[in-house]
Amino acid sequence: MLAALRCVIHRDLLLAARRSSDVLTVLLFFVIVVSLFPLGVGPDPALLRTIAPGVIWVAALLASMLALQRMFASDHADGTLEQMLLGATPLGMTVAAKVFAHWVISGLPLVLISPVLALQFDLPQELLGVLALSLALGTPVLSLIGAIGAALTLGLRGGGALLSLLVLPLYVPVLIIGAGAAEAAASSLGGQAQLLLLGGLLVFAAAFAPWAAAVALRISVE
Amino acid sequence: MSIKWFKYSSPQSFFPLAGKLALWFGALALVACGVGLYIGFFVAPTDAQQGEAYRIIFIHVPAAWMSMFLYLVMAFWAGLGLAFNTRLSGMMASAIAPTGALFTFLALWTGSLWGKPTWGTWWVWDARLTSELILLFLYFGFMALQAAIDDPRRADKAGAVLALVGVVNIPIIYFSVKWWNTLHQGASVSLTQAPTMAATMLTGMVVMAFGFWFYSIAAALMRARCIMLERERASEWVADYGRGSA
Repeated sequence: MLAALRCVIHRDLLLAARRSSDVLTVLLFFVIVVSLFPLGVGPDPALLRTIAPGVIWVAALLASMLALQRMFASDHADGTLEQMLLGATPLGMTVAAKVFAHWVISGLPLVLISPVLALQFDLPQELLGVLALSLALGTPVLSLIGAIGAALTLGLRGGGALLSLLVLPLYVPVLIIGAGAAEAAASSLGGQAQLLLLGGLLVFAAAFAPWAAAVALRISVE
Repeated sequence: MSIKWFKYSSPQSFFPLAGKLALWFGALALVACGVGLYIGFFVAPTDAQQGEAYRIIFIHVPAAWMSMFLYLVMAFWAGLGLAFNTRLSGMMASAIAPTGALFTFLALWTGSLWGKPTWGTWWVWDARLTSELILLFLYFGFMALQAAIDDPRRADKAGAVLALVGVVNIPIIYFSVKWWNTLHQGASVSLTQAPTMAATMLTGMVVMAFGFWFYSIAAALMRARCIMLERERASEWVADYGRGSA
């Protein structure tokens, strides 16, 4: 079974590597959205410092949203998904592997680039680590919850807008806790509580979301 | 004696029952809302601190109760449909959703009307307001997903998964919002600080809550009847019904 998982992850990463423009689009979207905020609210450093974690988190939310539609779409189009449904590996495990690969492609780059963007917002250096860590714990949760939405909207018309309507309300706790981590660290409360909560959410989502997404996939494909 | 539990789980036998029940609950809703509004407007005393503006709670609080309760009922029917693959359960879930969204919107709207004279603002990012708003989004998501799927069976099941995921999320959303709010601003505004209520006020509110409850049942059953006719239009009994009423 582990071999099958490794195979799914390897395949998805290889596909992404062969079409690296998809990965770059999401990353560029993230960078551009974050860069738009100072243009919108003005370049006052004090204001930017306050809104930095929130802005970066909201942008990460939207970027991960953008990448979600592709999670199952191409596999659905070429019939691979049906083979996965029929395969001997439990579908939940396959979904978990796909979500992991999806996170490596769409979430991890955001985590890695977030400290640079935070510097643009003049965030103090000791907060960069907390922000990156909160994103590293939070973006997998976004991918996991998003997988359910992506599975439910598979092959529907108006998929993109519908997907955001379904998934964004469910993202709220991650956003609140994730953006709260850096803010709490800034106000000398320490972001530990938020990071622990994010970790808890991650474990919870990792346990249940692939299973729910598998149920949703079966409904969408049958 | 064995009770025929599943007799009414088929649309054909439930359809006439739903019609009768909807009529009765509709009548009860009219009576209860009439009595409740009478108590609210004429019997209940004017509040010492808030003046007449407080009277909106007779709509607001029952609507907020119903908005949350109906989501649970909807998820219950949706889950039942997913587990036992019954046709009627999915129809009930999609029949309840618009009423739930209506009450959520009503709660937000009346709350904002009440907030302006009392708090001096239409909207605050209070924990309850925010979670109610997200609840409205969850209802909209459920309805939008069902509307986007042409095959009713798939729509029911997909909606069921979404409703159940939403139910799991509601407590998480509520507590994260509550915590976020207390982190940012002190509890300058809280709905729980209200002075202990006069008995007539409470009576009015409870009567109104029953009125809204009966209305929800009646509206959901009426809507379920329409959905039944629409989905079963190829069947014999709908054809008979059409001929009978024509």
